[in-house]
Amino acid sequence: MTVTADGPLPPEPYDVAIVGAGVVGCALARELARRPRLRVALVEARDDVGQGTSKANTAIVHTGFDATPGTLEARLVRDGYRRLTAYAAESGIALEAVGALLVAWDEEQRAALPRLAGKAVRNGHTETRMLGQGELYAREPHLGPGALGALHVPGESVICPWTTTLAYATQAVRAGTDLHLRAAVETVTRDGDGHLLTTTRGTLRARHLVNAAGLGADTLDRLLGHDDFTVTPRRGQLLVYDRLARPLVRHILLPVPTALGKGVLVAPTVHGNVLLGPTAEDLHDKSATHSTAEGIALLRDKGRRVLPALLDEEVTAVYAGLRAATEHEDYRITAHPGERYVTVGSIRSTGLSASMAIAAHVTGLLADTGLDLGPVREPAPVTMPDLGATAPRPCERPGLVAADPAYADLVCFCERVSRGEIRDALAATVPPRTPEGLRRRTRARAGRCQGFHCGARVAELLREGTAHDT
Amino acid sequence: MTPENQPARSAPRPLDVLVVGAGPAGLTAAARLAAAGAGRVEVLERSVRPGGVPAYCGYGGFGTRTRPLTGPEYARLLTRAAERAGADLRTGVTALDWAPGGLALRTVGPRGPETVAARAVVLATGVRERPRPARLVPGTRPAGVYTTGELLQTVHLFGRSVGTRAVVVGAEEVAYTAADTLRASGTEVVALVTEATRACARSGTPLLTGTTVTELLGQGRLSGVRVRHRDGEGSVLPCDTVVFTGEFLPEDELARLGGITPAPGARTSRPGVFAAGGLTHPDGRAEEAARDGSRAADMVLEWLAEGAHRSE
Repeated sequence: MTVTADGPLPPEPYDVAIVGAGVVGCALARELARRPRLRVALVEARDDVGQGTSKANTAIVHTGFDATPGTLEARLVRDGYRRLTAYAAESGIALEAVGALLVAWDEEQRAALPRLAGKAVRNGHTETRMLGQGELYAREPHLGPGALGALHVPGESVICPWTTTLAYATQAVRAGTDLHLRAAVETVTRDGDGHLLTTTRGTLRARHLVNAAGLGADTLDRLLGHDDFTVTPRRGQLLVYDRLARPLVRHILLPVPTALGKGVLVAPTVHGNVLLGPTAEDLHDKSATHSTAEGIALLRDKGRRVLPALLDEEVTAVYAGLRAATEHEDYRITAHPGERYVTVGSIRSTGLSASMAIAAHVTGLLADTGLDLGPVREPAPVTMPDLGATAPRPCERPGLVAADPAYADLVCFCERVSRGEIRDALAATVPPRTPEGLRRRTRARAGRCQGFHCGARVAELLREGTAHDT
Repeated sequence: MTPENQPARSAPRPLDVLVVGAGPAGLTAAARLAAAGAGRVEVLERSVRPGGVPAYCGYGGFGTRTRPLTGPEYARLLTRAAERAGADLRTGVTALDWAPGGLALRTVGPRGPETVAARAVVLATGVRERPRPARLVPGTRPAGVYTTGELLQTVHLFGRSVGTRAVVVGAEEVAYTAADTLRASGTEVVALVTEATRACARSGTPLLTGTTVTELLGQGRLSGVRVRHRDGEGSVLPCDTVVFTGEFLPEDELARLGGITPAPGARTSRPGVFAAGGLTHPDGRAEEAARDGSRAADMVLEWLAEGAHRSE
């Protein structure tokens, strides 16, 4: 089990190097971990897995009902949905199949619903159903006035995106993958039949290379001499509302999509909050993950119409993520057999949903580039801490508390996080290195007080738990 | 479900009065109730130390004019008074939610999950400050963003400093408390920033009135805050720390989970449930919260007496 964050990288060549430990890179590392003969490195520029686009999204597992039929994305989202829902159940990843409602707010939108239902059928989803006004308001009594009807899409689910990425990484590392953090790739050159990566932590050799660099995928692709796509980051700002808002909404509430995109949604989260967003702003700066007054105002305007009472609740987080959009409408997953190189590009907003299917697809492409995958041996299953609001918290489980009183010692009161859970996270296979990393793993200080009550103690526990690190 | 996943299903433990929160209001209410012979009076405190906010206000200004005390001294005084009167104080115990039927709460603590029922409940759950996200301040999400509560605990409970240069948002008394605490722990105070057009200035601390914080800057660690003055002029104040002070909000989760709203006096919309302290007056001082707790205790005694009549 190896996770490194400093010092030089191992000199022995790897069979495969994956650049980018986002949800796609980690899913691929997990898939390759099923092939025990392979030596795999997962190389990440930041200090944690899932630190880019993967940490700041809408946390929805899409069924793919509204994908463009016939595209690679449509196929992989549909396949990925099946794989991920099964994996979440097996690994303790919080997931709620709340279903979605595409809400029509005018006659034109209502008229568009049958067409969307037809598209869903072409994507293999036959269970969508039209709801009249009465049934819509019966299902969503807090919906703002003026909605005419909706298309119900069962199966659309919400998930914990952080646990998902972490579960993939944990399983891969336990099965032998080397995860190298804080290793930003600067150059790539040919090295015999393989690749020589120069990173901020020195060089690394690999016979096969996978580019899962997300926002940086075009830059890395160009380092290898390809000019296939350009990433234009599309910023999505989101507001997270307090858990006390959770009873206001039962489904993922989607607008009827327009040419401008999927629009602003209101959705419950598995952590018991309510999400409002995202915006869709095309930018050029790949580091512009800041929220703006205009973005927040726009979201509040949209949210006020959909769920007026939501605006009376406290916001517990404002965040912004950048989708790795390109000039291509579909995924851009390309094998370069002569170069033993696979690019995973243009995964702009469905990477979480499709991650496991992308991983399986890329593994096939790696074989096409000459990689001998060797035999399959399923890695040991992982059991992740369930951060879902519907599961009892560890402090509420008498057997657990009796066996270890640290689970009864609540540190973060808003989110009911115990000292035992914080201790476990700090000792985990892929441990956090920052307060944010700890928050994503445990929910500590993610609640309404944002550390007013608990922040000092959480910081102290983190300091103690990472004291051995440098 | 494995047995250890099962929530506790044992019968509720009966009490006469359950007080939620061992701050000035809760401790004072408990002391008065226990002294007046209200029966089994128990105070639940989710924190490891009783006293509420004063417990980590490591400076003077508490108590009375004749007997000035620091926050921790004041917290100890109230704690001792409640215990001497016979109230049972349990720290490290969190009330999670209401249990079905009667006045009963689900709790967790060192003894594990438990349900506690009482003839009367006093909610004295206190306050929090409105943190940065709830103020909808745009920008990045760097480290170095605090409330006064977190600042005071970091400095007074753990002996840590928080940064080198700090901007304090707010200009009320609590903002000056934050500024004093920052300076005492070795952090330079760049300015106090307030949207108010008038505020009480104190020598030695630059005060920017009519000024709004419009953006937090910096990746990883805060590098500055962007502000806009009322005349439309903007500027950046370089700093690695920002403290959002004041805007006290009631910690009303338990009240709201029970569908309970405050009513005149210390009563609430639910018979037998009373509210006191910051929950009903979030801007009040510790001593006011204590007086509030005392008044709530009187209401509870009245309620218990009425109940005794009813059951006769």
